[in-house]
Amino acid sequence: MWPIIEKAAKDNGLIAAFAVVGLLMLLSGVISRRLTFGRVQGSAIAILIGLALAYVGGRISGGTKGLADVALFSGIGLMGGNMLRDFAIVATAFEVHPAEARRAGWIGALALLLGTVLPFIVGVAVARAFGYTDAVSMTTIGAGAITYIVGPVTGTAIGASSDVMALSIATGVIKAILVMVTTPLAAKFMRLKTPRSAMVFGGLAGTVSGVSAGLAATDRSLVPYGALVATFHTGIGCLAGPSVLYFTVKLFAAS
Amino acid sequence: MIIYGTALLAVCHLLGIVLGDWLGAALGMKTNVGGVGIAMLLLISLRVYLHRSGHFKPASESGVHYWGALYIPVVVAMAMQQNVVAAMRGGPVAVLAAIGAVAVCMVFVSIINRLEPVPAAVETKAE
Repeated sequence: MWPIIEKAAKDNGLIAAFAVVGLLMLLSGVISRRLTFGRVQGSAIAILIGLALAYVGGRISGGTKGLADVALFSGIGLMGGNMLRDFAIVATAFEVHPAEARRAGWIGALALLLGTVLPFIVGVAVARAFGYTDAVSMTTIGAGAITYIVGPVTGTAIGASSDVMALSIATGVIKAILVMVTTPLAAKFMRLKTPRSAMVFGGLAGTVSGVSAGLAATDRSLVPYGALVATFHTGIGCLAGPSVLYFTVKLFAAS
Repeated sequence: MIIYGTALLAVCHLLGIVLGDWLGAALGMKTNVGGVGIAMLLLISLRVYLHRSGHFKPASESGVHYWGALYIPVVVAMAMQQNVVAAMRGGPVAVLAAIGAVAVCMVFVSIINRLEPVPAAVETKAE
């Protein structure tokens, strides 16, 4: 009996993923209504359970892709992978009001710039405090604090060692997870209410996965505005990391 | 037809990725620069154009809305495949750098959003 079920799930990975995620969302909705009386959004709970399952999956399989490395749930890798994620993000642009987006204009660009420089400075400072005093390591860890893609891209470009690279990726992944989990909690503090505020948030918080999940758990209608800005984040980070940011750190490290 | 909407979405997506790759190459990088953002801008402007010309039928629109509505489930699937084990193992440097980065950014988001001009129409609607 079990081998047949397992084979069916493996051969129809994406379909199995739809069923699994649907069930999880249903469960999360019930938890949201019954246990928190609607105070915590169902999608926030679903994301939290998803992260917990990713931990369990990673422990069982020893792989790097959470639950998607467990054969039975391999379809999760396709459903939550970059292709479908970006496809769904682009689709949300259909709900964007162009006038609203234009209102953010320059403030979105400013947020992007700050969102690149500030995390970098924090990352470099922490790296330095822990004894990574060479410019390459400091820059790589700082770049990881921008996003987990900027970290390894920068590290590869300037020739960082593999343990520093791993540290840099870990920094970025923890940042993404933190943004996912804490955004709904800090939404009031950050005044996340208007499309403009979501664009500022998208620029400063960076990490598309963090921003998209964090906003999804806060207010679904703000998602496209935050994502619109956040998707430029990785590109700008990859541009600045191995160049301007690296040279700046080198200058300070030498003096 | 629903497929028209989904095809329009797919074409915008691909065009955005291609343009993002070109932009990256033009800037001397191997990565994509804002491909998804460009795709979103394309879709926004196409929708405005199609609405004005009245060519886009509601049935076609549902081919886009469906994928927009699948967004949250897709994000949940994305959460399920994060490398949480590695994140937990990252040690104090990674944890502190991440917490610091997120905290500083949130404070700045808060400051900038508190400076948002109040009287705008949206604000009054939301209140």
